[in-house]
Amino acid sequence: MAIKRRATTFLALSITTALLVAGCGGGESDAPPESELFKNPVTLTWWHNASQDGPGKTYWEKVAKDFNTLHPTVTIEIEGIETNQLQRTRLPAALLSNDPPDIFQAWGGGEIREQVEADYLKDITGQVAAEVANIGSSAEIWAVNGKQYGLPFRMGIEGIWYNKDMFERAGITAPPATFDELNDAVTKLKAINVIPIAVGAGDKWPAAHWWYNFALRACSVDTLKKASLDLNFDDQCFVKAGEDLKAFIATEPFQRNFIATPGQNDPTSANGLLANGKAAMELMGDWNKGTLETVAEDEEALSKFIGWFPVPAIAGSAGDPKAALGGGDGFACAKNAPAECVEFLKYIVSPEVQKGYAETGTGLPVAKGAEAGVADPALKSILEATTGATYVQLWLDTAFGSTVGNAMNDAIVAIFAGNGTPQQVVDAMKSAARK
Amino acid sequence: MTSTNQTRNPVGGVSAPPTGLRPAGRPSVRSAETRRKWYEIIGLTTPAIVVYVMFVLVPMGFAFYYSLFRWRGVGPPTDYVGFDNYVLAFQDPIFLDALRNNAIIVFGSLLVQGPIALGVALLLNRSFRGRTVFRLLAFVPYVLAEVTVGIMWKLILTDNGTFDALLRAVGLGGLVQAWLADLDLVIWTLLFILTWKYVGFAIILLLAGLSNVPQELNEAASIDGASWWQIQRHVTLPLLGPTIRIWMFLSMIGSLQVFDVIWVTSVPAVRSLGASATMATYMVDNGFFARLWGYGNAVAVILFVISFVAALLFQRFLLRRDIQGAITRRAN
Repeated sequence: MAIKRRATTFLALSITTALLVAGCGGGESDAPPESELFKNPVTLTWWHNASQDGPGKTYWEKVAKDFNTLHPTVTIEIEGIETNQLQRTRLPAALLSNDPPDIFQAWGGGEIREQVEADYLKDITGQVAAEVANIGSSAEIWAVNGKQYGLPFRMGIEGIWYNKDMFERAGITAPPATFDELNDAVTKLKAINVIPIAVGAGDKWPAAHWWYNFALRACSVDTLKKASLDLNFDDQCFVKAGEDLKAFIATEPFQRNFIATPGQNDPTSANGLLANGKAAMELMGDWNKGTLETVAEDEEALSKFIGWFPVPAIAGSAGDPKAALGGGDGFACAKNAPAECVEFLKYIVSPEVQKGYAETGTGLPVAKGAEAGVADPALKSILEATTGATYVQLWLDTAFGSTVGNAMNDAIVAIFAGNGTPQQVVDAMKSAARK
Repeated sequence: MTSTNQTRNPVGGVSAPPTGLRPAGRPSVRSAETRRKWYEIIGLTTPAIVVYVMFVLVPMGFAFYYSLFRWRGVGPPTDYVGFDNYVLAFQDPIFLDALRNNAIIVFGSLLVQGPIALGVALLLNRSFRGRTVFRLLAFVPYVLAEVTVGIMWKLILTDNGTFDALLRAVGLGGLVQAWLADLDLVIWTLLFILTWKYVGFAIILLLAGLSNVPQELNEAASIDGASWWQIQRHVTLPLLGPTIRIWMFLSMIGSLQVFDVIWVTSVPAVRSLGASATMATYMVDNGFFARLWGYGNAVAVILFVISFVAALLFQRFLLRRDIQGAITRRAN
């Protein structure tokens, strides 16, 4: 009995502690006035997701050093953290404990909306007008209610990466521009005994992106914009997306056992199938060049046969055929970060730093004036398509926030596995929106 | 407590007289001794208690508190929903799949590992050349890190991987399956991997138990004409009972909380369909990846309550004789 009572006391005590901690939020000072900028020594902590040794990580180190040379009062402490760990555990915990890094990776869309509602981020609207103008409409992904809270450094649309040699062997003369032509290409590729399309359904999101594209074709731009804001999925176009996906899967365009195939990072992944000449196509974002190279047995052969074309249009659908799905990575400053943080953010997205970033080949730059840094022909065609797109819809799982996004991806995977229905995807999204 | 008093009593076997009957004049010595005893207890246990409270009880309290909120980990929890998260969990078919999978792992581990471990331990307990080597081999998988084991088996069992190639090489190509992707098969594949990993632990425990069985009893039995089988069945096994029960207890708790091997080996898509989810992987998938922090905490509390109740019931009914006096009240 005594032990039991003591346990209850501990429980009560810890709940009280929790309440106290939760209550002691607030208490922050305002940013120093402009005139004090670069007067006092400050240290900026910077969390990004280039955690592995490579051109990306090295480049950020150089950027921090260069900024320090320009402004000796600013020291930058860098921590590279693996993406999932960074976004799902480290950052939320740091923000909750009121001890966040000054500048950190931000996905934009639903996530940044939640962070703004919790008053975690610095409103930088006034300071970055010129940068936003130079980046263009994609900066909107890091804006909430017309106010800017972060800026992207990488942005690109997704499309189909393909093996030009295989297309030639199969007698496909031009990249498919409509889904009818894509279906035709699938039939021709089957005839020469290659996997028409590789999909890393094991990791869920690569499979879900097929549904996103059917939704982009089935739904009007207005419907999608509205859905991202109020999480209302009543429009029938979301069911239509699932039906189109189901019909497409029924034509068996994907490799055997796709439900177990990982997306990237190992030779058995969908990336590996395309990079090593086993599959002809893969739907993937602008970063794919780098990830294909890491799994390719022969990098030179890969760079010769790899090509890119935009996701085909569907004849007679409500969606804008020139709209594209895309996404990027950005940085945001914590609410109480020193004013120098914004200056550093502006420096990162300046054309010359962006050009250097593009030269690393790890992603497409966002700033005008950095295009010259893109050398690879496949990446160049993505850059052109991104600029030419009438509307860039952010990845739906990011746009709708992690909770709806996760439920949506799970339900789409169920369609791939053969035991889900188009209606269940919409139901899952609606019920997650209430969770 | 009773046993401490007993051992202190100079007259072995006779328990201390009731306090009321103690001769006068002794209390001061007694109380000084009691005080010293308490200093000792406090001094020695405080560090452990502080750590236990800080890292076990307080987080448990937090988990329960957070589980009562609809909370996505952004800003302090404010949206109090009572026990809604618990109701939601039991309404989610994927969580029920996870529960079923945990049950399969709990009973599967006991029923498969138990007999194998007992057989191997009895064999390894006989003296023969190379016994140490075999003992070592049986224990190797248990020493390997969970993540290493997970990645290793994932590579072996992947589509057209080593195992499939092996089957084809010996003419059993027809048996090739999507070991980690077939929704009906994957939990049994995982059970196999877990068995491979943890059977060594059962063997070592049972070997330790066997070394406590007095050789004289075996000799006496064999003089009485008992065969090797009869000796094992009627002498060794009954004496091994406490060890077997402790192993069952550890195996059961481990199976309920299993996470690492499953997380590393299973494909995320297959896990999200419920085919290879356990309560712990479901908790992480929902808590961190779907950002349902309140809900994730509710799942954590459910996992804790299930493990706790299972542990209490097991101790009450099966471990009763082994740990008499320590946890249960002393039987008369």
